[in-house]
Amino acid sequence: MDLNYTDEQQAFRAEVRDWLADALPRELSEKVRLGKRLTKDDSERWHGLLNVRGWLAPNWPKEHGGAEWDAVQRQIFEDECCRAHAPRTVPFGLSMLAPVLMAFGSAEQCQTYLPRILSGEDWWCQGYSEPGAGSDLAAVKTRAVREGDQYVVNGQKTWTTLGQYANWIFCLVRTDVDVKKQEGISFLLIDMNTPGITVRPIVLVDGGAEVNEIFFDDVRVPAKNLVGEENQGWTYAKYLLTHERTNIAGVGFSNAALETVKEVAANVHAGGKPLSENPHFAARLAQVEIDLMAMATTNLRVVSAAAKGQAPGAESSMLKVKGTVIRQELTSLLRRAVGPDALPFQVDYLEGGDNAEMMGPEHAATSSPSYFNNRKLSIFGGSNEVQRTIITKAILGL
Amino acid sequence: MDFNLTEERRMLQDSLSRFLNDKHDHESRRAVIAADKPYDADLYAGLAELGVLGALFTEDQGGFGGLGFDLSVVFEELGRAGVIEPVLPAVLVGSLIADRTDLIEDVIAGEAIVALAHSEPQARYDLNHVITTARADGVLNGTKVHVLNGAQASAIVVSARESGKDWDEDGIVLFLVPKDAAGVTITDHVNNDGTSGATVVLENVKIGPEGRLNGGFAALEAAAARGVLALSAEALGAMEAAKALTLDYLKGRKQFGIPIGKFQALQHRMADVLIEVEQARSAVINLAGHMEQLRIERERHVSATKNLIGRVGALVVEEAVQMHGGIGMTDEYALSHFARRITMIDHWLGDVDHHLARFIALSADAE
Repeated sequence: MDLNYTDEQQAFRAEVRDWLADALPRELSEKVRLGKRLTKDDSERWHGLLNVRGWLAPNWPKEHGGAEWDAVQRQIFEDECCRAHAPRTVPFGLSMLAPVLMAFGSAEQCQTYLPRILSGEDWWCQGYSEPGAGSDLAAVKTRAVREGDQYVVNGQKTWTTLGQYANWIFCLVRTDVDVKKQEGISFLLIDMNTPGITVRPIVLVDGGAEVNEIFFDDVRVPAKNLVGEENQGWTYAKYLLTHERTNIAGVGFSNAALETVKEVAANVHAGGKPLSENPHFAARLAQVEIDLMAMATTNLRVVSAAAKGQAPGAESSMLKVKGTVIRQELTSLLRRAVGPDALPFQVDYLEGGDNAEMMGPEHAATSSPSYFNNRKLSIFGGSNEVQRTIITKAILGL
Repeated sequence: MDFNLTEERRMLQDSLSRFLNDKHDHESRRAVIAADKPYDADLYAGLAELGVLGALFTEDQGGFGGLGFDLSVVFEELGRAGVIEPVLPAVLVGSLIADRTDLIEDVIAGEAIVALAHSEPQARYDLNHVITTARADGVLNGTKVHVLNGAQASAIVVSARESGKDWDEDGIVLFLVPKDAAGVTITDHVNNDGTSGATVVLENVKIGPEGRLNGGFAALEAAAARGVLALSAEALGAMEAAKALTLDYLKGRKQFGIPIGKFQALQHRMADVLIEVEQARSAVINLAGHMEQLRIERERHVSATKNLIGRVGALVVEEAVQMHGGIGMTDEYALSHFARRITMIDHWLGDVDHHLARFIALSADAE
């Protein structure tokens, strides 16, 4: 038992920290720190900077241009990025599609798509969920019918995060309707500029529109865009979901959020004293901090095993549930800490740059939308109830 | 970073686990308690022979362990088996009698029990509240309560106030008091979990200079930190045992024609129990790993861990009993012991609320 990082790991942390201090533009880190919404340009700018440094794809092998870090290094990198308020990278191409292509795609697909993910030429989105296929993902109905060297795709995807920015989408489509639902699914890459695709934004409870509905109407897709074998898509989909859940515990996010709540609570006053001295508020905050201290170690236990070659299985379900509960509690505490100034909906500030004006203290405009937005954490990526069922089957054997 | 036990600790864990499996179970513990015995002397001798007590002391003290992870390994196994034998007193007094090598030798051999008499009737969980008096001529007066294994001890470490006000950290001093010293009255009682507690009344007890121990409040706080670690690891082991019993029960018990573990209402509760027990394990690791750190870091982890253990312990106990139904409430079934022990651990050395408040205060100090 040794809770200390090795000298090499500490040196790596210092290297990351120094680079971030130097390379991360202040306009970006301020937006992230204050919880403002990032634009497409913001994300692309950050991807570009990371790519130049060779750190855009921490989990990719070097032959494909990745950093090829082990799980502990990736955790250190995440921690430092969160600490510096760096934007999170957009995961759909980097940590969802890419591992599937490397494991199941053709050499040509890897050569075509992987470099374009790194260069920013392609922005991928994820065509998984459908109106009738949420937690029951294998129920996808979007149909792909083979006609010569093409698939003709008809159907609808939904909850497609940042689909409005994407020029490519990877989709689970049904290629056989006569077999068990898991056995008739294929994994298809579709150019968003193909005729017949309509993207419609969904405005959410926070007033933003980060997710979309995507409609496919006789969309013709080259058959060479099939990944792996036809009707084997469920295997690839599960691989994507279980194997490449990086940073699922969100320890770095929670640490940063905890610091923000503490800072706000020390600077707002209630009953003539800092809110941080209100015993009820302090107790709730301390409790989540204690939970986070333990969860960070639970996470390191899993990460450390992963770095030694043990693939995390159902443990990631455990981390997902606990990690999201903690993150949501922190967004709730931030909203409460801000107090009545959390009332106004200040969309110009949320979406504005450096000079956007705001009513109230820092975090006033962002705390409520952030609270509402982060309800998603316990719903997406397999709802927390689905995770509990995975734990039940895979660990408890019930 | 490495979350695996060293070879030595893994061997100790294995041999302790095997020994307890062979020699101890719910029935044997019930028989001891039913016979009004504070513990099973043979089992205790066996534990000593196995090196369980030696593992709690450093090499300088004549042991072969004494660090945070030594304590956590031993106590997790004791907790898993539901052992009530007096191992914890050795942790509580170990660092306070560090220079009494002969006495420590007897403790390690299982031939002497030394109890800690610190808590007082008005102190609740405040470690700094001491009104037992120590006069300059070495005469002690006062009452100590909840002295674990006080009636079985051959000597007692007593805290007393030499100067200052009731809650002052300064002015607290420590003495080693033989149990048969004139003016010492020890009255024992059984606790809810079958462990043995005592009230110690000191009436003009005269202690010579040789009975004065080194250290004051800071030493007591460090001793309490080790106690919290041991209790937390013990609670973790007991939670693992309660979890295992519950899981077996969910698989075996049928209602409405199917195992009750097939009902999602129970599955998801059990998944939460698992998640929280892993949190408890991480909390124990955190404390064990910070035991040798500077005071403020160590104590923040003491309070964080004891708070979390108390919360998770209550969840595990309540869910385990509920998922069992009526059988989970019977004394005959082993869960009852774990339920009592985990619950009572919250009442030793500060409960959930005490340590939450303390964590807040310590965090403010740290900043």
